[in-house]
Amino acid sequence: MAQKNIAGQTVEVDAEGYLTRPEQWSRAIAEALAQELGLQLTEAHWKVIEFLQRDYRERGSVPGMRRLNKVGGFATKDLYALFPDGPIKKAALVAGLPKPASCV
Amino acid sequence: MKELLILGAGTAGTIMANKLRRRLPAADWRIRVVDEAAEHFYQPGFLFLPFGIYTARDVVRPKRRFLPRGVEFLQAAVDRIEPDRRRVRLADGPELPYDLLVIATGTRPVPEQVEGMADGDWRRRVHEFYTFEGAQALSAALRDWRGGRLVVHVSEMPIKCPVAPLEFAFLADWWLSEQGLRDKTELVYVTPLSGAFTKPIASQVLSGLIERKRIHVVTDFAVARVDNERHALVSWDERDVPYDLLVTVPPNLGADLIERSGLGDEMNYVPTDRHTLRARGHENIFVIGDATDVPTSKAGSVAHFEAEVLTENVLAHVCGEPLPERFDGHANCFIESGFGKGFLLDFNYDLEPVPGRFPFPRLGPLALLGESRLNHWGKLAFKWIYWQVLLRGWPIPFVEHRMSLAGKQIPAGALKPEAVG
Ligand SMILES: Cc1cc2nc3c(=O)[nH]c(=O)nc-3n(C[C@H](O)[C@H](O)[C@H](O)COP(=O)(O)OP(=O)(O)OC[C@H]3O[C@@H](n4cnc5c(N)ncnc54)[C@H](O)[C@@H]3O)c2cc1C
Repeated sequence: MAQKNIAGQTVEVDAEGYLTRPEQWSRAIAEALAQELGLQLTEAHWKVIEFLQRDYRERGSVPGMRRLNKVGGFATKDLYALFPDGPIKKAALVAGLPKPASCV
Repeated sequence: MKELLILGAGTAGTIMANKLRRRLPAADWRIRVVDEAAEHFYQPGFLFLPFGIYTARDVVRPKRRFLPRGVEFLQAAVDRIEPDRRRVRLADGPELPYDLLVIATGTRPVPEQVEGMADGDWRRRVHEFYTFEGAQALSAALRDWRGGRLVVHVSEMPIKCPVAPLEFAFLADWWLSEQGLRDKTELVYVTPLSGAFTKPIASQVLSGLIERKRIHVVTDFAVARVDNERHALVSWDERDVPYDLLVTVPPNLGADLIERSGLGDEMNYVPTDRHTLRARGHENIFVIGDATDVPTSKAGSVAHFEAEVLTENVLAHVCGEPLPERFDGHANCFIESGFGKGFLLDFNYDLEPVPGRFPFPRLGPLALLGESRLNHWGKLAFKWIYWQVLLRGWPIPFVEHRMSLAGKQIPAGALKPEAVG
């Protein structure tokens, strides 16, 4: 388990940089994690992040693409525009959730 | 008279009908099975059809022949389940009441889910082998093959029998060599996952195999569309994989009726207790086979193991007793690797595939996670076992629904805690 200094705080992360203690997450940390990925968080990003967190709380796993489409109401194309290359992986990282089983 | 209703007479529904008819008194329980199709397909055989190893005669039989006396078969499409009223509505109108419902409606490929997949190239340059018609059409396409880029592709996970596309690539490598076409064919394997094998221990043991067979692997490929003009797969991150012949596994979804009934998740799989196999939130509904959302492979072997658990649980349920049996996610899959050889995997919720011997420690005779001729013969023998033993709900000697750890070489840390406790 590694430690990481970010947004003036020390958090615990796994080898790939995913937070391992969700209670350490904050909006400021999310902003900083996003910046490291080269992203500037907008309203649209936050909608995705909040959906991921809510769904994770309810079901105990990061939702896959079909669930984001069908239950979250996000189109795949839009998700790729918001979080290029790996939308679910990146959004989960910013949201302070574990690495998703999903491949994108 | 009480009503036990089984939806779907595929692998799982047929096994359950056979097992339950032997155990539920005919004077108290009527058993009815509904399926829209008259024919039963041995789906694992679809892998061999395109290469001429099997013909239609090996893989198709009338469904009725495998249902026992005392079970009524209705050939009809199910429109929806109405759990609150404990009845099922058929597409042409009639309603069937039930006291206990078993959902066994499986999963199926839906090419329309990928933009362009079912368009102009479909069944011309774009093929699949997850249906009987598809495997037949692909067989004809291979007869005309003279070389070029042959792309084997998985659209998204989960799919039933997740190793089948890789087996297809291995068999294609063998078949092309036999035909003298291997040097004229570029063989490409495209997967949405980060590798061709994803379970770490199996990857370690099996890596090298793909390279030796000169199969080029494209990973992390999330397909956005099939471009019928340029004959290419295009990913969401704008990568192109051109094909002369594409053999794809389209997205697999549970039956539409599950969605219409409001009983499914986003892929139309029924949320199911992974140990008892009861539908979550529904006392009188059980789910088996590919229709469930339990986290193990969607495979005929799984349906077979689940049936042993479910039979005991159904019998307890009808007596008002607590459900006694727990399913551990046990799956057992042969992998054809071409040139008359194969692998065997045995795993469950808590243990990924590891090396060893099966079913007897040391003696085997089958090798786990190792390539052998006997494993290949095992896979071919499975056809006979399927039609004669498995569908009729008889146990397979020496292979239990609870996965055995004996004979397995388990690296430190590979076994998840739940199995230990
Ligand atoms: C190419 C391929 C290779 C495979 N290889 C292997 C292998 O090597 N080993 C292995 O263990 N497994 C293998 N499998 C998987 C195996 O065939 C399935 O997991 C198994 O058949 C699942 O059984 P099931 O009863 O859940 O579903 P199915 O057998 O698919 O049955 C579902 C039934 O429900 C019916 N149905 C659906 N909707 C409705 C409706 N609305 N109204 C009426 N009826 C309906 C369908 O007609 C069908 O008969 C393979 C599958 C494929 C496609």
